Amino acid sequence: MNKIALIIGREYLSRVKKKSFILLTFLGPLLLAAVMAFVIWIGLSENSNQTILVIDDTKGAFSNMDAGENFKFMYIDDLEIDAAKEGFNDSQYTSILHIPQGILDNKRPLLYFKEQPSTMMQRSIESRVEKVVENEKLKLYGIDKNDYKRVKTNFDLALIKFTESGKEEEVMTEKARVGFVFGIAIYMFIFLYGVQVMRGVIEEKSNRIVEVIISSVKPFQLMMGKIIGIALVSLTQFLLWIVLSITFISVSQSLLFKDKLQEVSTMQMQTTTELADSKAFQEADVDITDLTNPQHLINRINWGLMIGLFMFYFLGGYLLYSSLFAAIGAAVDSETDTQQFMLPITLPLLLAYFLSFTIIENPESPAAFWGSIIPFTSPVIMMVRVAIGLEPGEYWQLFLSMGLLIAGFIFTTWLAGKIYRTGILMYGKKVNYKEIWKWIRYHD
Amino acid sequence: MEYILEVKNVSKQYANHQALNDVSIAIPKGIIFGLLGPNGAGKTSLIRIINQITAPDSGEVLLNGEPLAQGHENNIGYLPEERGLYKKMKVGEQAMYLAMLKGMNKKQAKTALDEWFKRFEITDWWDKKVEELSKGMAQKIQFIVTVLHEPELLILDEPFSGFDPINTNLIKSEILRLKEKGTTIIFSTHNMGSVEEICDEIALINQSQKILDGGVREIKQQHKPNIFELTFKGNMIGFTNALWTGFELIDHKEVEDGITTARIRLLNNHTPNDLLNAVLPHVEIVGLTEILPTMNEIFIATVNQENPAEV
Repeated sequence: MNKIALIIGREYLSRVKKKSFILLTFLGPLLLAAVMAFVIWIGLSENSNQTILVIDDTKGAFSNMDAGENFKFMYIDDLEIDAAKEGFNDSQYTSILHIPQGILDNKRPLLYFKEQPSTMMQRSIESRVEKVVENEKLKLYGIDKNDYKRVKTNFDLALIKFTESGKEEEVMTEKARVGFVFGIAIYMFIFLYGVQVMRGVIEEKSNRIVEVIISSVKPFQLMMGKIIGIALVSLTQFLLWIVLSITFISVSQSLLFKDKLQEVSTMQMQTTTELADSKAFQEADVDITDLTNPQHLINRINWGLMIGLFMFYFLGGYLLYSSLFAAIGAAVDSETDTQQFMLPITLPLLLAYFLSFTIIENPESPAAFWGSIIPFTSPVIMMVRVAIGLEPGEYWQLFLSMGLLIAGFIFTTWLAGKIYRTGILMYGKKVNYKEIWKWIRYHD
Repeated sequence: MEYILEVKNVSKQYANHQALNDVSIAIPKGIIFGLLGPNGAGKTSLIRIINQITAPDSGEVLLNGEPLAQGHENNIGYLPEERGLYKKMKVGEQAMYLAMLKGMNKKQAKTALDEWFKRFEITDWWDKKVEELSKGMAQKIQFIVTVLHEPELLILDEPFSGFDPINTNLIKSEILRLKEKGTTIIFSTHNMGSVEEICDEIALINQSQKILDGGVREIKQQHKPNIFELTFKGNMIGFTNALWTGFELIDHKEVEDGITTARIRLLNNHTPNDLLNAVLPHVEIVGLTEILPTMNEIFIATVNQENPAEV
């Protein structure tokens, strides 16, 4: 037992000390933080103050729109749009807002720009135009403004799944997407670390050190030591990624955007009232800022359960596949020979990946059921199903899936052990499936 | 006699061929034992069984009288024919790792390694990566990690393949030193000439069977063809006439002016004394040596005896 700990230690330390590991561990979160900072910066970065020339074909109704944070409207009476466009390049105006005739009949206003206005500014302009159009329509149809406010309605369809137990439950594609992200992460990491196991085995075999080592330990101990060592590497990487991502993101945001974010939040309070009815803004509101909103996606996902199951299904799937990767590594002499054996391993993983797309749309399909039960696909697919939510009547499926995954990896490790212990001592032999079948049937 | 290793009627069948067929060997403590035979004879299969890398289909192996079991691997040092090191690991770190896999603790491993590194004058390699070492340097490291834990039984499979002559001599003298300290050593090689001078006993393996074993001297005596090399000064014709029925002149050549060397087989239980008596009146004797067969010749002769049809 002490010896397997030694092997685990070597496998772990030799990888964790590698430059590529350290680089990837730091660069990943750094890149994530940079991308987030960039996205925020794009969203926040206002073009320098814009002066917008309003060409109002309706003559008058729009002549009184409020200026925004960093734009103002200018008006020239009796200027036609064609003339305005002609002189646009030489003028000091940065944009032309053209309100066409028939805007009350839902004809769209047009914005010509030299410098593209930010999304925020576009929304502000839109909301100002909408407000005027609304007022004009109210006047046109003789509707009292207060009546209108009382009448005005806006909602999304709430999808309620009626379960067998009679319990009602919301179905949200969004939730499925979260599960999908978890599933894809599992898919990627199984590949990433499984291939590392395979490379490690090939390295030992082509180095010719393997026979030295298996004269001290059992081949199975060497294989398991490698698999477990790399599993610990992966867990270290996850942990560091999570910690570093949070650190980098919060540090970068507080350093780069502290002032801006405050500015934005005051501005948003302002605009929230302005844009109270804008559907687009509501969505944005729920998505990004208001984490206290129970309807926020973050609060509708059971994160503890998801992360716990992520760990379980990642480790289960990893153990299942990595032992097969180890068997491939043992069977071949160099990485170029792995092709023919990789296919049967990558196929079920790819299948799981593609199935998970359809499951987002149709979580009740038989494909979803079987995919989430069979150990070769369950690590990816069960994550999607759990994110959507299992009802109590379906819990047995989760337990069955977990149980089968454990049984599955015990089986593949046993099988791989048999291939491994013969394969690592075979050199210079082109191995095929028939040969491997013989190895499996060998007695000790 | 006390045996460190007894292999009893071991057979091993692989899918396509029989690797070992009812092989029995007993190795007394403290000797150098040569496991000889051509490539593919089954030597490595037998060694892998002794190292518990594989198990025999039938038969048993006793180490110090006990059937092989877990834990015994720490009493054995094994230098495989296919050997290597992790290229990316540092020399010292790697030697420590391999030593600890053989059951040494950190302190023991470090002390023993320091001693060996000093003896081989390679202390400055400790922090080098293996990929920076030459092949000969790596071989020294491999040898050190094989013997570091002071195994009772040392198994060297083709130890000199790829060694340069300087390292070969270094390793040979280290092996003799270990023997003096009481280590039993098994040499496995297809190059029979390379080890016969240091082996006490040998076993010849051919086509998965043991065909001959015993002490090197006894085997040579048993297989000696009774040929003597006689160097003399004098007349060749007189010499030839002196050899009457009891002796057979195989060949002769003049090595320098007036001195001839002749090879003579003794027939009919004649002794070297009879030979000397016969030729003394005719020539002046310079020297007489008995020609012993090489292990290679014995091997070929034995194989021919066993399978006359194949030759």
